Amino acid sequence: MRWFWIDRFTEFVSGSHACGLKNIALDEECIDEYCPGYPMLPPTLIIEGMAQLGGIMVAEHFQFEKRVVLAKVGKAKFHQPPRTGDQLLYRVTMDAVQEDGATVTGVSHCDGKLQAEIDLMFAFLEPGRFTDGPLYKSGDLKSMLQMMRFFHVAVDLDGNPVPIYTNI
Amino acid sequence: MPLTQDEIFSKVQESLVDALGVDDDEVNAEATLVGDLGAESIDFLDIVFKLEKAFNITIPREELSPEDILTNNQYVQDGNVTAEGLTELKTRMPWADLSNFEKNPRVQDFGNLLTVGDLCRYVGAKLEG
Repeated sequence: MRWFWIDRFTEFVSGSHACGLKNIALDEECIDEYCPGYPMLPPTLIIEGMAQLGGIMVAEHFQFEKRVVLAKVGKAKFHQPPRTGDQLLYRVTMDAVQEDGATVTGVSHCDGKLQAEIDLMFAFLEPGRFTDGPLYKSGDLKSMLQMMRFFHVAVDLDGNPVPIYTNI
Repeated sequence: MPLTQDEIFSKVQESLVDALGVDDDEVNAEATLVGDLGAESIDFLDIVFKLEKAFNITIPREELSPEDILTNNQYVQDGNVTAEGLTELKTRMPWADLSNFEKNPRVQDFGNLLTVGDLCRYVGAKLEG
């Protein structure tokens, strides 16, 4: 199933922040079905996009060794509806991180205006909780990151490229 | 300058309002986090993050959730915390009011033990320590 809610990473600094963009096109089913007659991206899918951006940032912080899941939406404010033809620029910043989970702060801008503010909390699945084994089939996460041009922009805090981890 | 008890309560209250979506007036010292404020297990992680940020402290998981004691056969028998276990809990959590729990120390009830007042005392102890 297709479940990509960002089109491309534009910036990624390990453990610090990640930026990505989302283009809103009318050929996506959810755009015209969510509010008939008023095509827009459902706000929940902005949350999902931020969660993908932030979740990948948190997972990379732990070298993709932890099974990261969205646990809680702490805040979600939407200032304007995301319409077809819009390009949303997402930015998530690492707020806090520890062995049990992490929080990120996210903002979305459209045409230079603040479009949404979203705070998220991620938790890490412990072995034996809910499901065992990795959340992705071998190679799936890697190809998803490659499609999102993650490795084109991802660097560590010193500016060195983030490696293509062998466990993804 | 150290925070007053009122200042600690105010910050704890703000953290709980944010984390649990409850109203200010629901967060009083006697309110239990689970029973009265509706906290679920995942909320505790959120509360920890918010308290750490609000007070600039670090909260190790075992300090608020003594799961290692509650799952240890040395301290638990037939679903109840033993006298030895209670002593261990009091040592680990001197800021918690365990008087009611002691009367009927069923492990399954421990989750609903913590009150807002307990959290304030915990934070106060961390700030002093």
